[in-house]
Amino acid sequence: MSIRLSTGGRFLNRARPVRFSFNGQRLPGFLGDTLASALLANDQMMVGRSFKYHRARGVVASGSEEPNALVNLGSGNRHEPNQRATTTALFDGLEATSQNHWPSLEFDIGVVNNALMRFLPAGFYYKMFIHPRSFWKHIYEPFIRQSAGLGKAPAPEDQDPDTYEHFYSFVDVLVVGGGVAGLQAALSAAQSGVKVMVIEQSAHWGGRAPVDGGTIDGMDPDAWVEKTLNTLKSMPNVTVHTRLMGAGVYDHGYALAYERLSDHDPDKGGVRHRLWRIRAARIIAATGALERPLSFAGNDLPGVMLASAVRDYVVNYATAPGQSTVVVTNNDDAYRTAIVLKNAGLDVPAIIDARPEGGGALMEEARGLGIRIETGRGIARVRGLRRVVSVQLCEQDGDGAVLEDIPCDAVAMSGGWSPVVHLWSHCGGKLNWNEAGAFFAPDPDRAPTDQTGAPFVYCAGNANGAMDLKTVLQDAVEQSQNVIGSLGCESGDASVPSVAQTQEAPLLPVWLMPAQAPKALRSKAWLDYQNDVKVSDVQLAAQEGFESVEHTKRYTTLGMATDQGKLSNINGLATLSKALGEDIPAVGTTTFRPPYTPISMGAIAGEARGALFQPVRKTPLHDWHEAHGAVWEPVGQWRRPYCFRRDGESTQDAVNREITATRASLGLLDASTLGKIVVKGPDAGRFLDMMYTNMMSTLPVGKCRYGLMCSENGFLSDDGVVARIDDQTWLCHTTTGGADRIHAHMEEWLQTEWWEWKVWTANLTEQYAQIAVVGPQARTVLETLGGLDVSKEALPFMHWVDGTLGGLPVRVYRISFSGELSYEIATPASHGRALWDRLLEAGAAFDATPYGTEALHVMRAEKGFIMIGDETDGTVIPQDLGLHWAISKKKDDFLGKRAQQRTHMTDPDRWKLVGLETLDGSVLPDGAYAVAEGRNANGQRNTEGRVTSTYHSPTLGRGIAMGLVHRGPDRMGEVIRFARDDGETMIEARIVNPVFFDPDGEKQNV
Amino acid sequence: MLILTCPYCGVAAEETELAPGGEAHLTRFGPGSDDAEFESYLFYRENPKGVHFERWRHANGCGKWFHAARCTNTLEVFGTYPAQTTEPPAALREAISAKRPGWSWRSFSEET
Amino acid sequence: MSEPMTALGGAVYDGVVTVREAPATGMVLLRADLSDSAVQEAVRAVIGLSVPGQRGTAFAGSTGLLWLSPDEMIILGSHAESRARVAALDDALGSAHALVCDVSDARAVFTLEGRGLREILAKLAPVDMAPDRFAPGEVRRTRLAQVAAAFWLRDEASAQVICFRSVAQYVFDLLSDAADPANELRHFPR
Repeated sequence: MSIRLSTGGRFLNRARPVRFSFNGQRLPGFLGDTLASALLANDQMMVGRSFKYHRARGVVASGSEEPNALVNLGSGNRHEPNQRATTTALFDGLEATSQNHWPSLEFDIGVVNNALMRFLPAGFYYKMFIHPRSFWKHIYEPFIRQSAGLGKAPAPEDQDPDTYEHFYSFVDVLVVGGGVAGLQAALSAAQSGVKVMVIEQSAHWGGRAPVDGGTIDGMDPDAWVEKTLNTLKSMPNVTVHTRLMGAGVYDHGYALAYERLSDHDPDKGGVRHRLWRIRAARIIAATGALERPLSFAGNDLPGVMLASAVRDYVVNYATAPGQSTVVVTNNDDAYRTAIVLKNAGLDVPAIIDARPEGGGALMEEARGLGIRIETGRGIARVRGLRRVVSVQLCEQDGDGAVLEDIPCDAVAMSGGWSPVVHLWSHCGGKLNWNEAGAFFAPDPDRAPTDQTGAPFVYCAGNANGAMDLKTVLQDAVEQSQNVIGSLGCESGDASVPSVAQTQEAPLLPVWLMPAQAPKALRSKAWLDYQNDVKVSDVQLAAQEGFESVEHTKRYTTLGMATDQGKLSNINGLATLSKALGEDIPAVGTTTFRPPYTPISMGAIAGEARGALFQPVRKTPLHDWHEAHGAVWEPVGQWRRPYCFRRDGESTQDAVNREITATRASLGLLDASTLGKIVVKGPDAGRFLDMMYTNMMSTLPVGKCRYGLMCSENGFLSDDGVVARIDDQTWLCHTTTGGADRIHAHMEEWLQTEWWEWKVWTANLTEQYAQIAVVGPQARTVLETLGGLDVSKEALPFMHWVDGTLGGLPVRVYRISFSGELSYEIATPASHGRALWDRLLEAGAAFDATPYGTEALHVMRAEKGFIMIGDETDGTVIPQDLGLHWAISKKKDDFLGKRAQQRTHMTDPDRWKLVGLETLDGSVLPDGAYAVAEGRNANGQRNTEGRVTSTYHSPTLGRGIAMGLVHRGPDRMGEVIRFARDDGETMIEARIVNPVFFDPDGEKQNV
Repeated sequence: MLILTCPYCGVAAEETELAPGGEAHLTRFGPGSDDAEFESYLFYRENPKGVHFERWRHANGCGKWFHAARCTNTLEVFGTYPAQTTEPPAALREAISAKRPGWSWRSFSEET
Repeated sequence: MSEPMTALGGAVYDGVVTVREAPATGMVLLRADLSDSAVQEAVRAVIGLSVPGQRGTAFAGSTGLLWLSPDEMIILGSHAESRARVAALDDALGSAHALVCDVSDARAVFTLEGRGLREILAKLAPVDMAPDRFAPGEVRRTRLAQVAAAFWLRDEASAQVICFRSVAQYVFDLLSDAADPANELRHFPR
C-alpha cells in the first residue's frame, strides 16, 4: 500500500493540513501536495479507467507528462474534465472525481472491453464500423458517441464564472524552464544586460536537480538554486515567473505562455489564467527531459510508475507509492530511486537491470545498502488486478520464461530519458537521433529561424541532450553565450559552476522486455496508456502496411491523447522501426504541435467574453433606442433598431405601424451608421469616376447623385448617395456595413495604383449623427424647427444644403430611400441626441414615429430599391438589377467595367431583377427558388430564379417580393412557381415591375 | 505570427495589426485589354516556395499599404518597402540575391 | 446650440489606474504631405506648434499635434474652437493639396491616470510598453483587443487613449477590466 512518510517532503507544508474529496470521499492532505501525491498518500492507487479497455489505472508520473491520472475537477459551472492530478495543486475543499467509468471506479461496466481486448485491435473502429452502411447512423455512431471521449464536458448551460486575460510581453531572451539549466542560462545571459524572462511551469524552482543530488559550487542543488534565483531577482533586466508554462513557439519569435494564477488557491480572486503573448528575440528551451516507461506485460497496473516519479513522491511529498518497490531499469539513474527508497526505510526487494553488466557507481552504492541486484534480467509480467502483487523475473534476452516471482506492491521503471524538444520543434527545429542516449535531440544545424533567417530557439541542458549535472551546466552556459553572441551583445561571465556528481555507466536501449516476448506478453505491454495502445498494436499496424509514422499514429491512436504521447512516442517509434526493420531515425518522429500541455479555452479567449466578446458599435442615439423598446438587429458590429415595440405589440405589429405612420405623416430613422467618406483634391473627380460606375466628376456643387461601386470582378459591392460639396470635394455615403471597407478600398487604389493622383480621403462616418426625416409632414417639421429654407424651390430633390436647424449645425440632404418626401440631416455626433429630441418634440403634432431597419426595408422594397446584401451576393452585376441608368456609357474606364464585358456577364440568359407578386397575396419565403422543368446532372430540380427580398407590405396589404429570375424582365406577367420551405409544395407568383408603390414618384417630388 | 516593419510609420508590427493584400506588382488591365491579359490580371497568381512579393496594409496602425519580400518557405523577411512603385527596389533585390542566389519571381530575378 | 455630449458622459473607473472619459475634445484632421514646408508653415502659423516627426507628438497646454502617418495628423484643442480652426487652417494652407476636417465628435478620448498605466495597455495592445521602448512623446496607433485605437503618454502617470466613438463603451470596459486591482501584475518598474 502507498503511504505518507512521517518525515520529509520538500514541498509539503505540514503545518497546513487540508481536506479534499475524491469521488465523494473526504481525504486529508497538506498544502504543497499535488492531488496525485495526496491520493497516493491516502493509498488511492487506482485513479481512473483507461479510454478503450477501461483498465484500472494509477498515477504513473509526477509532472505534466502524466497520462493516467486525469480527473474531473470542481463541480457545477466550475467543472473541468481531464485535469492532470500530478500538476493540480491541492487546496482545502478541492473536489475531484475520476473519469471514464460507469457506474463507479471500482465497478465499471466498460471493463468488458478489457475481456474483449483480443477483438479490439488497432484500427478496430475503421475495420468494424463500415458495414452495413445503414448501421452507421442508428447503431454504430450512437454507441461510439456514448463510449468515446475522455471525461465529460461541462453542461452547456453552465457559464465559466472565472475571468481571464492576455498580456503582451517583449524580451530579448525568454528562458523556458526553471531547472538548473534554465537558471544558469538565464544568469549567463542576463549578465550581458539583455532583457531576460524566466518561466517555470510548476510552483518550484530547480527542476530535478534537488531530487537527483550532486553538488554545484560546493552547495546542495537546493541552496545553489536559491542563491542563483536571488541573484536573478535582484537584476533589473530579469523577470522570473512560476506557474507559467511555455506552451508554444511560433514564427518570428512569438511564444505563448500559460499562467495559472489561482488554480492552487481559488479564493485568491482576480483572473484565473493569463495568456502571455511574448515576442522574444531568442528563446532558450531549458525544458528538461522526460523518463520513458519500459514495455513489459502489465506495465499499466496501478503501482507501476516511472522511477523518477517514485523518487519525486518520496523526496518532495513524503509519499511512498509502495512499501516494497521493485526497480526495473536499463540505466543508472533508476538506482537513485532504489537508494532514496531504502534510505527512507522502505523495502526494495530487487533492482532488475536489463544490462548484462549492470551499472556503475550507483549500482555499487545500492549494493552497499544491501539491495539485491539482478543484471541481464527483466520483468516478464507484473501480476495483480487493481494493484501490483508481484513481478515475474525473467532473462531480458529471452522469451519470458519465469525465473522467480518477486512479491512487491510497486514497480519503479526507467527506460531512459528523452529530451523535451517540443518547443524546439514547434516552429520547425529538426532532430538528430542520439545513439548513446537512445533519444532524439535538437540538431543545431537545423534550428527554427526567425525573420532575419537566424536561429532563434536554443535548447539547453537535458532538453539539448546534456544528461548529467556537469554537462547540463556547461551546456547552459555555452548555449547562453551562443544566444548572446547571436544578438550581437558582449558576452558576460562565461564561467561554469563546478559540479561534483556520481559517474554513470551507459544505458542499454530496451524497447521490449523481455526481448523475445511472445504475443501474449506483447499484447499486455502498453506504449500509450491514455489511448490504450500496446506493443502488439503498433506491430500489427506495421504488418498491415502502415510504414509512415504519421499513418501509424492515426491508425493506432498512439500519441493522440491529451498527453500527446509524451511518454509513448519514442517507445512507439522504436517498436515501429523494429517491426519495419529500419533504423529509428529513418522512421522519424511525428510532429510536435503546441500547446505543450492543454491550456484553458478561457486563457485563449482572454478578455473576449461576455460583454467584451466582440465590440458592439453604438450610434449617438443608442441609449434613446434602448429606452424605447428597440428590438436590436446586428448590422456588422453595429446594433440598429429593427423596430420599436410598444406595450402589447408584436414585432410585426410594430413594423406595420411604423410604415403606416411614416407613409401617412412622419417617420424618423437613425441613419447614423451610413458611411460618410470625404474625398478631396484636384484629381478627386477623376478618382470617383473610377470608383463609381456613374459619372461623379460632372455632379454640380450642391447636388447629390446615387452611385454604384463595383469590384474589379464587375460585381456590385456598395451603393450610396454622393454629394458634391465644393469644386474639389465630394462626400460619399456608403452602406452601413460598407464604411470601413469602402474607405479601405479607396485608399488601396490611391496608395497602390494611382499614387500620382492628388486625392485625400477621410472617413467621417462617426463624426456625424444622421437622421432621416420622412413622410408627408417632413418639410413641416423642419420648418417648425426653423433656421433653414427647405422648400421645394430652395432645396429640390437630390440637393443638399448647410445651415442650422433649431440652433444646431446641420447639413441637410434631400434624398429618399422610401419614396416619401424625405430629408437626411447630419449633425455632429455630440449634438445628435439634441437634434433627435427636437425632431421628436416638433414632430409630436404629426405623430412623429421612429422606425427601424425593417420598416426601412419594406418601404424601399415597395419602391423597388435594391439593398446591397439582399439583391447582391457577390455574383450580381448592376446590369442584372436593371441599373443600366447608373452605369456611365461615356467613361472609358471604371473599376469593374472590363469585367462586365466578359461573355458570361453579357449573356442574356443571366438571372435578372423583377418584382414578384404571389397570386394569393401571401408572402414568398425568403430565399425561395423558382423551380423549372427537369432535373440537372445531380438529379436536383432545375431552378430559374430566387427570391432576394420578400415582405408583407402594409401599404398594399399583400406580400411583395423581388427576385432574380432567368431572363426575368422579358417575362413580365408570367406566373412561375417557388418551392416553399418544405421543398415540395409550391407557391405561384407573377413576374411584375419591381416598383410596387407610387411608380411616378409623386410622393417624394413635392 | 509574422512581424513586418511598416516603412511609413516604422513600427515593427505583428500580424494582428496587419491585413494581407495578396500579390504585389500586378499590372492592371482595364477596358481594351484582351481576355488573356485581363484574366492574368484578375485571376492568375504566383504560388512560390521561396522568394515572394506581397502587399500588406498596416490596418490597425497608420493605414498605409506597403510591400514585403518574404520567403514563403522559411518566413524570412528580406525587406519591406512603400507600395508606390512598380518593382522591388534594387538594393532589396541585391539583398535577396545574396541570400537566395538564383532566385526569380515573375519578371524579376537575380539577373534583372 | 446644445452642450456637446460625449459618448459616455464622462464615465469613470477607479482601479490600478483611473480610467476617465475626457470631456468633449476638439480634433481636427489634417491630411497633407507633412514633409511639405508649406504645410509645416501653415500648421505652425495657425497652431503655434511644429509638425512632429514619425510617431511624434507636440503639446502646448491643451493644444497638441499627433502624427498619424506621413500624410495624416490630428490637431487637439478646445471642442468649441475646432470649426474655426478648420477654417483658419484651410485659409493658411491656401493652394496646398490638403484636406482639413473637424473630427471632434468622431472619437472618444480616455485618460489613464496612475503609475500602472503601462501594464493596462500591455494587456490590450501588441505593443512593447517597457519604459525604454515606449516613452512620453510617442503616439502609437494600434489595436486595443479587437478595435483600432491610438494612445500616447503625457508622462509616466498619465496616458490618453482615443478610439472611434461607436466603440467607446467597449474600450471603456476593456480598460476598466484591465485595471481591476485584483489583476495587477506590477510588471514594469514604477
